[in-house]
Parts: sequence; structure tokens; C-alpha cells
Amino acid sequence: MCFATLEPLYSHKFHFLSPNPNHSLQHFLRLHHPSSIRALLCSANYSVSAQVLRLLPSLRLLLTTSAGTEHIDLRECRRRGIQVAAAGGIFSQDVADAAVALLLDVTRNISAADRYLRTPNHANPPSEVFTFASKLSGKRIGIVGLGSIGMEVAKRLESFGCIISYNSKHKKANVSYPFYSSVVDLATTCDALVVCCALNEQTKHIINREVISALGKGGFIVNVGRGGLIDEKELVKCLMEGKIGGAGLDVFENEPHVPKELFQMNNVVLSPHCAALTDKSNMDMCELVGGNLEAFFSNRPLINQVMLDMVE
Amino acid sequence: MGSIGVLLVGRVFPYLEQELDKRYKLFRLWDYPQKAQLLSQHAASIRAVVGHAGAGADADLIDELPKLEIVSSFSVGVDMIDLEKCKAKGIRVTNTPDVLTDEVADLAIGLTLALLRRICECDRYVRSGKWKKGDYKLTTKFSGKTVGIVGLGRIGQAIAKRAEGFNCSICYYSRTEKRDSNYKYYPSVVELASNCDILVVACPLTEETHHIINREVINALGPKGFLINIGRGKHVDEAELVSALQEGRLGGAGLDVFEDEPAVPEELFGLENVVLLPHVGSATLETRTDMADLVLGNLEAHFLGKPLLTPLV
Repeated sequence: MCFATLEPLYSHKFHFLSPNPNHSLQHFLRLHHPSSIRALLCSANYSVSAQVLRLLPSLRLLLTTSAGTEHIDLRECRRRGIQVAAAGGIFSQDVADAAVALLLDVTRNISAADRYLRTPNHANPPSEVFTFASKLSGKRIGIVGLGSIGMEVAKRLESFGCIISYNSKHKKANVSYPFYSSVVDLATTCDALVVCCALNEQTKHIINREVISALGKGGFIVNVGRGGLIDEKELVKCLMEGKIGGAGLDVFENEPHVPKELFQMNNVVLSPHCAALTDKSNMDMCELVGGNLEAFFSNRPLINQVMLDMVE
Repeated sequence: MGSIGVLLVGRVFPYLEQELDKRYKLFRLWDYPQKAQLLSQHAASIRAVVGHAGAGADADLIDELPKLEIVSSFSVGVDMIDLEKCKAKGIRVTNTPDVLTDEVADLAIGLTLALLRRICECDRYVRSGKWKKGDYKLTTKFSGKTVGIVGLGRIGQAIAKRAEGFNCSICYYSRTEKRDSNYKYYPSVVELASNCDILVVACPLTEETHHIINREVINALGPKGFLINIGRGKHVDEAELVSALQEGRLGGAGLDVFEDEPAVPEELFGLENVVLLPHVGSATLETRTDMADLVLGNLEAHFLGKPLLTPLV
């Protein structure tokens, strides 16, 4: 998305090579000599593995348009001395907005009701079509991952009078929200969970059957992180069994594939991994990428650089 | 109190209907094919009317119920009740303020987010299988936008507080400027519409506010502006709204209310820049229960000679 806006703005400064999505990287590299490629711009969908990096011996800079970096072999980048920069907090407000949007939608049946009204000749009145909505104001919300996005979600929900608690890898200093080291404990005390953490080995399937059961029949879950944070099969089962109130999902384990059982449900809201994608964030991303390309090639520090010495 | 006649003029939350039935001699207006039939048989025993957002007590009904003492509305808006007539005849009127303020404010923000971020459209996009063919397009950022509120009462203020959580700037129009408010005041709705990105209708419906959102206001809001109505359908000139949306003169609309509910203009069904809801502003289990308890509490207080809980008249 961002590249379509970026290229016309910066093509006078940088020579952009844009691979045909139908061809493999190897094919592309037969047309453009690898030694000419010093920077790579990718999105979250592209796996920048050690194998890919080996095909690009002159690569010095890797830019990703995502906040997450789990699709990049950071260890290999560190070994090769390749600098990496990501989106940082650029999307945080938009993703937080989308998280609250999904939470309001699933608790208040907004998409279900809109869909109902646009369907001609509905035989049944609204009260029979979908279960009564749930109040959001004043409810207890558990945030899984209190990073940049999680903090923005917390701030928004506080203005609804919601009571915020969280789980994170470590307790955060300077944060007054109650901390839970166990996600199950967090789910037990909360009416809804908003999942916004990074996906890594420790957080894979952090939302499992035990957590979902602890959230319970009246509970809701919103995921704007990565599909892999939730055990999707279990979530679908729990939704089908009525073990949980509903879910708002922007991300899935195997995008763009979405479990078809969800399409029959009125108590789920589905979104095509676009929580970050607004007119403003797209422009901001282009400026960030353009700025980082200029900085790199003038030997100036990058913005939102990923600190590779922190990588295990 | 089982012999006190109470007339229910429209279908309400089942809990309320059941409780009214338990406590009083309940007459349901829709049980009688002709209103005249109900009146000739039971008018003399009806001492209370329970209404809702869509049905109340107009001058005719008030005249037809000589023993009417109180009208208790299962809503905060009382535009369907002839308040002047009630005042003149010493009939009490109660509504359900405060208990639904948060609920309606939540929905106003929910509608705004659903509209700007195309949440319903995105959900349709995924369910139809289109995501397999390509990504959805960019949507409009909400955070940081300017929100203009028509009517800075309880609900208007609750909406403002929530929008501020999204770093929005707030401005408003009200009959009179609120001296203790930090929000920017505009003396006309047209000026407010010219200076905001999202216009939210949150005032009571009266003769003055009928069609307060007209062609001029809609044009001032413009092709990049959005209208959110959680008030009453008659606040908006619906025909003008529909043509503005069809012609692209307005960026989009999120509507919980319509001029002639349950009818919704069919021209809106094909538009992706509208969100349509079946008047559910206060429709959660918790809030409808609280509203029902307020109706029941007001009736009980009246018939026991105690002070009313939430009197308007």
C-alpha cells in the first residue's frame, strides 16, 4: 500500500526496483544484479529469512512497514551488519482506534445490526436475531501487551470509565494499572481482553483454551496483534460451544484464510488485517521510509531502528 | 395496586412488561385492533401510561383518559409526549435520564469508529471471501479529528469525554453557551458544521430542533465530513441527507435513528459510507433493566404518594 504512495515521492532520489509478485526472488535477481541492491523495503507478509538475505550480499539496510519484526531473521541481520528499522509507534493510534472499534462493535452488535437492516424481508425483529448487547462503559478490560499500542488502548478505554489491568513480559514501572503475571488470572478478573503484544516464541498461543474459558460466557476478546497469539482452533470451538461472549479479530493464523465457522456467527467481527491502515498512517509511513532511506544513504541515524544487540 | 389500570402504548423490554403485568392491571394498546374499543371499555380505569422513544401520549390520548395521573416514559427523550397538555392538566411525566447516558455515548463513538474505519464493510469484505483476492483499502483515521456536538447535555458531555480519549478536539452548539465548559462554542449549527470533521446530534427533539440538520448544515459539513445521529430521526431532514450521500456532498453518516422507524430509506442500503442501526442506543441488558426499574420506581412512588424519582413535569 505504502509503496504506491512512496515511489512517486522519492523516485528522483532512489532507484526503486519492484519485483513482480508473481515471480520468485531468484527470478527477480537474474534481472537485477544482487550487488546493486543495498536496501530492502518489505511488509509484514514477506519472510526475510537467512536464505533470502544470502541472495542479497550487498544488502546494508532493511526497512519493514510493520511494527512487528517476527518475519525477519534479526540474528542473521546482526551477523551481516545489516541495519533494520521498523514502523515504531507510527501505527499505535490507528491500531488502538481499531481495537476499540472492534470491541464496541462486538459488544454492541454494530456490524450484525447493520447487516440485519440491509437484508431485505427479515422475518424476525432485531431482538430475536441477535442476543442483547453488552455495556462497555465501566467494564474491566485486560490488555495483553502494554507496549505503545496497549497504552493507547488503555487511554481510550479509560475515557469510557473502563477499569484497566494488564499482562506484559515484565511489570512496567510508572504504570498504575494492576499487573497480572498470568494471562489466565487476568482473564478471570476481566470482562474483555484486548490482545496487542508482539508475536514471538513466548507469546505464541498465549490465548489458549484455558484463558478463553477463564474469560467466560459473557467475555469478549479482541485481537489486533498477530493471529498466532490466539489458538485459533480452540477459539472457534469455544465460540461454537458458547463458552465466550464474542470476538473481534483483525488478524488470523493463516491469512487471508479465515475459519468459515466464523461466517455463521453474529457475535464475531472480522477485519482483514487493516487496523494500521488509514490515510494518515499511510502518509506517515511513506515519510518514515523516505526519511530513513535519506538518512541511511547520508550516514545519519535511522528512525525507529531495531536494536539488534538486544536480539537473543 | 393490582387494580390500578396502566396502559402500555408500545412494546418494551420484556422484563418491564412482565413487572407491569404483575403489579398493575395492564392494558396493551396493540391487543386492541381499534383504540376506540380499548377506550370505551377501560378508559375510566387507566391512571398511568407507559411509553417509549417511539410512542407516548399526545393531546388526543390525554383527553381520552380522564383518570390519567402520570405518564412514565421508557426513554430519556419525551418528544412523543404533549408536555404542555400534561402540565395544564396536572399530569406527572417521568423519563429515564442518567441510567442510559454512558450507553448512548458509547454507541455514538462506536458508530463513528464503525463509519470512519469501515468496520461493517471490512466484516462484509472478509465474510464474502474478497480478502483472498486482495487487501481492503485505506480508511479514515479517527484519532485527532475535530468532533462537533449539537447539544451539550448529559449525553453530549459523555460523548465529548470519550472523544477526548482519542485526542479529538471538541466544539459544540447549544441553545446557550455553557460558561463552565472549556470546549469551543459556535452560535449556529452551520458554523459548527463548517468547523468540525464529525458532527454528532445529541440534543432533545423539540419544535426548535426539528430538522436542525438541514441541507445547509449538510453542505457545510461537506464531502470530507461525517454525520452521527443518536438523537431522534426528525433532527435530520432525511430526504436531504439521502440525496447528499448519493451525490457525494457528505462524507458519510452513522445513524441509530430515522424519521419514520422502523422504516430505513432503501437508497442507503447500497452505500458503504453509512452505518445503520435499529435504534439501539440504550439497548443493552444492563441499561434496559436500569431504565425499566426507573419506570417501575417512578410509578410506585407516585401511587404511594412519595416523591417521584425522575420527574420532568
